[in-house]
Amino acid sequence: MKAVNKTFLIFRHEFLNTIKRTGFIIMTLIVPLIGILAIGAVQLVSGIARPTVEKTTIGYVDESGGFQQYTSQGNITLLRYDTPDNATGAMVKGDIKEYFVISSNYTATGVINRYTLEKQLDAPIATSAAIKDFISSNLLAGKVPQTTADLIKAPLNLVTTRLTATGAVATEQGGYGNLLIPAIFSFLLILSIIFSSTYLLQGLGDEKESRLIEVLLSSVSARQLLTGKVLGIGAAGLTQVVVWVVSAPLLLHLASSTLGGFISTVQIPANFLVLAVVYFILGYSLYSVISSGIGAISSNSREGQQLVGILTLPAMVPLWFSSLLMLFPTNPIWVVLTIFPVTAPVEVMLRMGVSGVEAWELIASIMVMALTIIGILFLVIKVFRVYLLMYGKRPGLGEIIRSLRSS
Amino acid sequence: MFTVEVSHVVKSFAGKAAVDDLSFSVSPGEIFGLIGPNGAGKTTTIRMMMDIIKPDSGTVAVFGEKLGEATKNRLGYLPEERGLYKKLKVIDSIIYLASLKGMDRHLAAEKATQLLTQTGMLPHQGKKIEELSKGMGQIIQFIVTIIHDPQLVILDEPFSGLDPVNTELLKGMVIDLKNQGKAVILSMHQLNQVEELCDRILMVNKGRSVLYGNLMEIKAKYRNNSVFVDFQGEPGEIQGVTGKRAHKDYVELLLDEKTTPQQLLERLVSRGITINKFEIASPSLNEIFLKVVGESRE
Repeated sequence: MKAVNKTFLIFRHEFLNTIKRTGFIIMTLIVPLIGILAIGAVQLVSGIARPTVEKTTIGYVDESGGFQQYTSQGNITLLRYDTPDNATGAMVKGDIKEYFVISSNYTATGVINRYTLEKQLDAPIATSAAIKDFISSNLLAGKVPQTTADLIKAPLNLVTTRLTATGAVATEQGGYGNLLIPAIFSFLLILSIIFSSTYLLQGLGDEKESRLIEVLLSSVSARQLLTGKVLGIGAAGLTQVVVWVVSAPLLLHLASSTLGGFISTVQIPANFLVLAVVYFILGYSLYSVISSGIGAISSNSREGQQLVGILTLPAMVPLWFSSLLMLFPTNPIWVVLTIFPVTAPVEVMLRMGVSGVEAWELIASIMVMALTIIGILFLVIKVFRVYLLMYGKRPGLGEIIRSLRSS
Repeated sequence: MFTVEVSHVVKSFAGKAAVDDLSFSVSPGEIFGLIGPNGAGKTTTIRMMMDIIKPDSGTVAVFGEKLGEATKNRLGYLPEERGLYKKLKVIDSIIYLASLKGMDRHLAAEKATQLLTQTGMLPHQGKKIEELSKGMGQIIQFIVTIIHDPQLVILDEPFSGLDPVNTELLKGMVIDLKNQGKAVILSMHQLNQVEELCDRILMVNKGRSVLYGNLMEIKAKYRNNSVFVDFQGEPGEIQGVTGKRAHKDYVELLLDEKTTPQQLLERLVSRGITINKFEIASPSLNEIFLKVVGESRE
């Protein structure tokens, strides 16, 4: 049988074994499922539990004078009392929820004293909005036209449009709606990469612990074994990512048609789906070669997983700093994180949502990742044979360097 | 042509020689014992034969050539410590590992059924490996080792941890392999079983060859001039006997250089002693080993 076929046999075995794992199936299905459940839950809540319209009455005492109009502010009705004592009495009796006093020197100080029986952090937004509207409407009454009064109350409705270099309206308009999918995806990408490389490491560790590795190496070469395993488990991880990628537009369509609002502003950036797959492949390849190396040198799968755990931390760095990315999207540090191979997959996903990534940065990032993968793979194949059969003790760094030099 | 020819292999780990200038050959149709105490270098030697690790110097030829992809399909290897995919079913494990030896899946399934029947394991074929006892797992691994009809079978401590019934079952199968003309290499530290099965041996200690050759010839060479005798009565002083060693059911009489066992028998019979057992003593491999290792220390 040809060498290629043996690699394929290992590939098929690893692929099928991985996708049959309960953990893998749950992980693959749970993401779209949570999406559907979330949409369903929002529909349910908005359908059944519509916010109850509560009409309340608030008292006020006008010591300054001139505040008689506009006493109906939506669901809040304002009721005038002559003195604070009258208002307090009404509040204690339960006629009004609270009251405020417009003091005689209000026009000089702007101070409004509010009295309530409830313990609160601050005045409820609806209440303070109603009071504010009531005051400003009365202050402007008769002095400016109604349209001007309305504008003073809500002067800004900022509508941003992104243009291309030719002056045409850009297809991608940015905004938080644009960030949502890349942000969720970069998190999923990390999960998938970590899961896949953990499966790889666990598999190698188990085979090493059970000494099955010796039977395998008496049938196939170390290169065939490594290639078959990395590709098989990688294909399973890719299947997972593709399921998520395919379900994202469907879910989004479902969500925007039923929910509207913010969801309808959510966009999937152009090329995003393609780059998600490309960066999964690169990210997984990078972590799988690192995992194989660790699998080869560590004495059991638990120890290996701890080491890989430490090495996957840098991959999450872009997520930690994502809020800074939103505030300062043009800082050169993001370019560094885009090109640095370990942080690249997540950084690229995030930046695609926030500000976009320049073509040269993508090319540089992909090339640096590819070269790093090849370089590490070269080193791993060298140590793989030597340490895969060394049970019980992990070699020191000096020892590994020596064996790399001598092999 | 030899099935395996190892010449002057050396392998060191961290500056310490695990195998030091070993040479031997194994022919088709023989059971070859690679024997020695734990840590003698047996497993390292086997791993070099399997091309799992490379020797520092020296050469290994399997089927007359350097071990490659094609030759790997013609050998079966049972490592010392055993394990299979715990979550995989017995039949699936066998078929997968057989397919890695270049076997067609359908043919592997057929042969697996035959071997499972032969070993009485057929009722367990649908179980997961983790559901089997240690001994059962070992039999499955033995099946994996021989299913693809290899011309060279290397068994590292094949009987350790097996109950007497399964030990006999596997011994029978090993002898069958020999009778089919295959070369079998047994690596063992239990020397009494080696005597039962092996035609030739290589005894290693601390990575070095201490004895190599035909088992019968080796035993003859290390034979003391002594006999095992079980008799009734008290023979008293016998001419030519230099010493006595009591064993459980018999006495070993050590003879001087001039006396042959035949002469001793005549002398005993002439004294009217009833003899129940009279056997020319041949030393056990254990004794030979202790003697050889003792000499090499001196």
